[in-house]
Amino acid sequence: MEIAAAVSAGERSALEVVDEHLDLIAQRDPELHAFNLVTAESARAEAAAIDARVSAGEAVGPLAGVPLAVKDNMCTKGVPTTCSSKILEGWRPPYDATVVERLRQAGAVSVGKTNLDEFAMGSSTEHSAFGPTRNPHDPSRVPGGSSGGSAASVAAGFTPLGIGSDTGGSIRQPAAFCGVVGMKPTYGAVSRYGLIAFASSLDQIGPIAADVSGAAALFDVIAGHDPLDSTSIGDFAPTASAVLDEGVEGLRIGVVKELSGGPGGVPGLAVDVLARAAEAVEVLAAAGALVDEVSVPSSTLGLSAYYLVAPAEASSNLARYDGVRYGLRVDGPTSPEMTTATRTAGFGPEVKRRIMLGTYALSAGYYDAFYGKALKVRTMMLNDFARVYENFDVLVSPTTPTTAFELGTRTQDPLTMYVNDVCTIPSNLTGHPAISVPFGVGDDGMPVGVQVLAPALHDAQTFRVAAVLEAAS
Amino acid sequence: MSEPAPAAASETPVESALPEGWELIVGLEVHVELDTATKLFCGCVNRFGAEPNTNVCPTCLGLPGSLPVMNERAVEMAMILGRALGCRVNRSVMARKNYFYPDMPKDFQTTQYDQPTNSDGLLELADGFVVGIERAHIEEDTGKSVHVGGGGRINEAVYSLVDYNRAGVPLIEIVSRPDIRTIEHARNYVEELRAIVVATGVSDARMEEGSIRVDANVSVRLRGSSELRTRCEIKNINSLRSLGRAIEHEALRQIDLWTTGSGPQQQTRHWDEDAGRTTPGRSKEDAEDYRYFQEPDLVPLDPTPATITAIDEAMPPLPAARRAALRAATGAGVDAARLLVERGQDGLAMAAVAAGADGAKTVTRLVNDLAVDDWSKVEAESFAALVRMESSGELSASQAKQVLGDLVEAGGDPAAHAAARGFEVMDTTELESLLDQLIDDNPGEWSRYCGGDEGERKKMQGFFTGQIMKATRGQADGKVVAELLAKRSSS
Ligand SMILES: [Zn+2]
Repeated sequence: MEIAAAVSAGERSALEVVDEHLDLIAQRDPELHAFNLVTAESARAEAAAIDARVSAGEAVGPLAGVPLAVKDNMCTKGVPTTCSSKILEGWRPPYDATVVERLRQAGAVSVGKTNLDEFAMGSSTEHSAFGPTRNPHDPSRVPGGSSGGSAASVAAGFTPLGIGSDTGGSIRQPAAFCGVVGMKPTYGAVSRYGLIAFASSLDQIGPIAADVSGAAALFDVIAGHDPLDSTSIGDFAPTASAVLDEGVEGLRIGVVKELSGGPGGVPGLAVDVLARAAEAVEVLAAAGALVDEVSVPSSTLGLSAYYLVAPAEASSNLARYDGVRYGLRVDGPTSPEMTTATRTAGFGPEVKRRIMLGTYALSAGYYDAFYGKALKVRTMMLNDFARVYENFDVLVSPTTPTTAFELGTRTQDPLTMYVNDVCTIPSNLTGHPAISVPFGVGDDGMPVGVQVLAPALHDAQTFRVAAVLEAAS
Repeated sequence: MSEPAPAAASETPVESALPEGWELIVGLEVHVELDTATKLFCGCVNRFGAEPNTNVCPTCLGLPGSLPVMNERAVEMAMILGRALGCRVNRSVMARKNYFYPDMPKDFQTTQYDQPTNSDGLLELADGFVVGIERAHIEEDTGKSVHVGGGGRINEAVYSLVDYNRAGVPLIEIVSRPDIRTIEHARNYVEELRAIVVATGVSDARMEEGSIRVDANVSVRLRGSSELRTRCEIKNINSLRSLGRAIEHEALRQIDLWTTGSGPQQQTRHWDEDAGRTTPGRSKEDAEDYRYFQEPDLVPLDPTPATITAIDEAMPPLPAARRAALRAATGAGVDAARLLVERGQDGLAMAAVAAGADGAKTVTRLVNDLAVDDWSKVEAESFAALVRMESSGELSASQAKQVLGDLVEAGGDPAAHAAARGFEVMDTTELESLLDQLIDDNPGEWSRYCGGDEGERKKMQGFFTGQIMKATRGQADGKVVAELLAKRSSS
């Protein structure tokens, strides 16, 4: 990255870089509310330490001095970590998430914790206990979610890099809404240790950046094996930055009919978004890719399977917020009454809705009809995609059905909100990598994102294709 | 629970504590804490008795963002125990058992549900009775709550303290089939399981420290029927004595309910040791729905056949096999064999017999005279030499007993101890003249010896032997004295 190169060479001071970005945040974040917490003091201290190492001739990391926004569902030692929920009030983790630790080692300077939908449950960052984040391109619109704070931070120029987490599209959808690059890695490519769980089998941390090369540099730092995460892939060597110039000549690219407005596919895809996606496909074909339409029938079942699997796991993951050990406690005459009072006061309505949904889906007598069936859909999807990838290297689709919508227009009807993730969910259910790259604007002038999907472990391919689209947009 | 094995059921002895016509049905769930260096999912020390909340970390406290990493040694121990119980070792997965409880940091327990590590084994008791094992699965322990005020009950306490040192300690839960028909067998089952656990080295199995805990599923039925009636699960059983008392009390309570009404309700009950009764806990109607599902933070356990083979090959001799070998080598009875294997003295006995000692004498000496905690100084060879000295008449029984005491204290050569004590073989002529004198002095006793029936003869033999022992300060060999008496009376 440019900043890192200049800081490492002693041409720019990391402290100056950080101060410039902190100034921008101070000016505009009161309006946008990308951050739950700005850690200016520790950011300046870290930057000064990097400058000192540079002047001492010591080696600094590949992201030296680059300001970074960390989604507030990743543990930062001694720094409040809230998940944008009242239930974690006052809690300071005693440890750093593996990703946070890796980024510090690489020299990135975290300037704060970014807003999200409470416990990452949402697609607009409106379900935050601390108020919504606004889209930097049009503050009357949402930035998407749940990593809306990190995406908005990058889009507003507060930080060149942001870290998000993606359970059903929570990196890619806000990246598309905010006109930045966002990528969900292969499940297990990036350690989840220290990521506060929403749905463990779907959650994955990933990069958000202003451009593809920034996202690739960030990915290369955060990906790799972590013995603290049992689902971490054993020998994953990230190579995204190395393949950005390889082009797409000869690459077999499939356009997923069901996610691109085809008959029998997912409904509700906007005409302008579909037009941009079609133009992106033309760009790839012109660049020498072998493009064809392809059907992945089970991709239409993703949304309903997701809304059983994710809440089921969430209902269990969020049980620990019982008022006994940390965070909020609302007292009651007995221990169970204390826990009930704490959870009633501490969780917002969307979190409660999903806990109830998940509890129901796992209940005796309903497991087979709901959770069990969702697992079958997941297997079916894995098989479908495996078959498609016999003939294709990557697939493309729009990232979202529409461009960013106005604040307050979808919060009353959960289903219209959930539909936002219809194109991004399949990659979470299969554990495959996918990237969203900005490609033009919609009729409303708001950014449109195009999604590139690849089979497991082929994360680098998504960056490679995204680089071609970025160059043409 | 599945049907009991019919063969086992038909051979069961009558349970004397129950009223005529009733049969006891018991299945046991035994939790064993594994003796690993660290906890099941984190690097915290696994140790009993530390200061509260000192062996804890983000993972075993269930802090947000923490993740479990499986302790491979615990998995290995689980498979060792499974194989020792004759189980099939399966591809297994961990599952979450969801319920709220303050001493459970994540408010779910990571355990195994429909795919346990071990299934379908059996346990043979010392008397040959076989109890089926349904499964032996891996799970984590919970923390410990102390309820302060309100008589120590959670809902009446003024406040509660929780110690999470035990949270995440690895457990194996061994679930038997409902094959047990007597209280004695229930106790024997736990004793035998404990012996296997100790023999395989997976746990120290100290019941008083809670490293082995027992729940009993109890039901009753009319003798001769094959139905399984409503059962109750008895928890909080802290000793073998409690186990027997709890089962007996519960069976009688159920019989009373069947006799006077429509029988017991299915429920969990707690054993109250002081009151000597069980008290009701949760009943089936308000039982929790645990919403089990596969633990997404852990990967399946899928041992290779080579791993299982290696475990089988490294398996130490188990109690049942050791008892059989001991009995074959020494002719020991059921109880003696059980006792010596329990004490770990079967190796000593086998070595002594191999070195030429008499089997019966060896067993007698060990059973009677080596009931001590520390017999580490007694070497097989010197013990064998001692038994040989006794057999050859070099030492009398009482002398041998004293020399064995010396071996326990100091080890070494039994001949040297015997010499140091001044034990010498009594000259037979010396004994004969002593005996002549005694016969002259006690003519009445002598005629009773010569003319009496078997009992009288025995009694008088005791009299003369005692007198001789007195005169020789125990140096004489009682057996030789008996022989001399017999010879004199028949001449
Ligand atoms: Zn721990």
